[in-house]
Amino acid sequence: MTDTGIQQLDVMFGQARAENRAVLLPYLTAGIPDFESSVAIFEAMSDAGADGFEVGIPYADPLMDGPVIMAAGEYALDHGVTVDVAFDVVSAVVERTGKPVIAMTYVNPVLRHGIDAFFVKAATAGVAAVIIADLPADEAAPFKSAADESGLGLVLFAAPTTDDARLDRVLAGDPAFVYGIAEIGVTGERSEASSNTGALAARIRERSEVPIVFGVGISTPDHVAKASEVADGVIVGTAIVRRVMDAATGEEAAETLATFVADLASATRR
Amino acid sequence: MRLAKPDERGRFGEFGGQFAPEILMPALKELEEAFIEATADPTFDEELQHLLSTYVGRPTPVYHAKRMSDELGCNLYLKREDLAHTGAHKINNTVAQALLTKRMGKPRVIAETGAGQHGVATATACALLGLDCVVYMGEKDIERQALNVYRMKLLGTEVIPVTSGTGTLKDAVSAALRDWVASVETTHYIIGSVVGPHPFPWMVRDFQKVIGEELKEQLDGSPGAPTPDVIVAPVGGGSNAMGVFYPYAGDDGVRLVGVEAAGLGISSGKHGASLGEGSPGVIHGAMTYMLQDDFGQVLEAHSISAGLDYPGVGPEHSYFKDDGLVEYHNVTDDDAVAAFHKLSTIEGIIPALESAHGLAWIMANADQLRGQNVVLNLSGRGDKDVQQVAALYD
Repeated sequence: MTDTGIQQLDVMFGQARAENRAVLLPYLTAGIPDFESSVAIFEAMSDAGADGFEVGIPYADPLMDGPVIMAAGEYALDHGVTVDVAFDVVSAVVERTGKPVIAMTYVNPVLRHGIDAFFVKAATAGVAAVIIADLPADEAAPFKSAADESGLGLVLFAAPTTDDARLDRVLAGDPAFVYGIAEIGVTGERSEASSNTGALAARIRERSEVPIVFGVGISTPDHVAKASEVADGVIVGTAIVRRVMDAATGEEAAETLATFVADLASATRR
Repeated sequence: MRLAKPDERGRFGEFGGQFAPEILMPALKELEEAFIEATADPTFDEELQHLLSTYVGRPTPVYHAKRMSDELGCNLYLKREDLAHTGAHKINNTVAQALLTKRMGKPRVIAETGAGQHGVATATACALLGLDCVVYMGEKDIERQALNVYRMKLLGTEVIPVTSGTGTLKDAVSAALRDWVASVETTHYIIGSVVGPHPFPWMVRDFQKVIGEELKEQLDGSPGAPTPDVIVAPVGGGSNAMGVFYPYAGDDGVRLVGVEAAGLGISSGKHGASLGEGSPGVIHGAMTYMLQDDFGQVLEAHSISAGLDYPGVGPEHSYFKDDGLVEYHNVTDDDAVAAFHKLSTIEGIIPALESAHGLAWIMANADQLRGQNVVLNLSGRGDKDVQQVAALYD
């Protein structure tokens, strides 16, 4: 029997813990630069040491995303990457890499699909967990029950601005993991490593054993190394998306990312 | 039934809520607490009322437009928000929110603007209270509202062009929200309409309801001041309409009509009729009627009027629509421009293109309004639109 999404994540985090490292979850918008290249790029990142992936389902008005991921989303939408196409990308990635995929999107496409129908589709495609960037714990209940119903995880956020009372509320929402926001701001590359990760991770650890994965502003192997000291995982998004958007061909993107992701992966070791 | 305030989840019925990135959630809570605390504090209200009367110029008059009335066959009254300082109702909200910003101890303000009226009103309130101000404005709107761009600069505000999407109001709101995600610890976002995540729709409504409250006193049924049968207001995000409707919502015998932009015609697909033609979804942090495709992607809106060129609408309007408290109709660009000319030539009042949509609906429905007391919320003056309209006839 196939593992549920939650079980896949447990295995992934457990294995990394045994190896004294954090998991590396590269983010890439689905279907760029085209369907086949997109899947090939994920495969190359898998071979280079990614433990799983965050696959972006493009949305026209992504409030948590900076210019690079926003442009990638627009490109994908212009090239016909609907929710269904994005799920086809996920299926292919899961089939070829055998690694967990976390789907990332915004509230409205999920609502339009119907919350339950969206999660059923996600589960069928092989998604392990879902991240919804504009869904705070306060509004999460119907999404969480749909996720439970389909055996998928729902990821909730904790930011440096999240106070203790809110942190309790986030953890009470029973997230598959906590997405720790490393930088106060939208997604995008930063020059310095985040100075927020240590304190935020400590506040979460005091309260819960739930895995913590940091994202937003983590752009280099140094940043990954620093976040990996305190987290169970790291997400690198814009630095990956930019390399795909800048590459002349899908092949070139896959080659560039194989090297980059290998560097990121070695930085996850403590 | 109208609601004094949204429920504990920030909802008006099913509409509203807080669909915002976690980074912003603490600031939304801080804002809600500051708003509740301020409105309970007599010194806040005193300071606000003082500024509204001595600086903004409230109460704004109600004018009986006799020549227009004769022509239409009804008694047309204009609630003259165009006479408020900076030329539109927007200042009611910005002065109040700027005072709130001071109270919260934040030194910087950001805002979005479509037609530029909210941007100018925010820049003005920030100049008045010594706050740093940055306004996001779509590049298309910067082009069609050059005068307001220069006014904001004169007032010491930085105007940042937004090139993403269609370069209009939606994109300006998104850009301001993205700024806020990064700057929330030092910055307050003075949102310009009854949109956005809770508590914005409630707070902005409460800062704008002065329009309807004044109107109730001004048209109190005394001789020469008959009570309204119909109140008409344009609806983009819906702040002026909410301001004039809310105190009347649920009153027997008063018909409330919101007028959205039909743009090039509803059938063209190029319009801004979120309530008339949209469906419920989440845009800019709130559940509300919006223009979206089958996949839940936000659709582009269109209107000649930058202030109505918006694919969402305030969640309380969605509630009013479903509850039947307000009826919502729409008017094309062409009819709005005709109304713009009409009021200018017959009454000597150049209305904002937004307000001209309300007048255009009245003109188109003069037959059914015959003999009635009709109030148009003249939300703003049209100086900003003169160049754009002139260009139509070049």
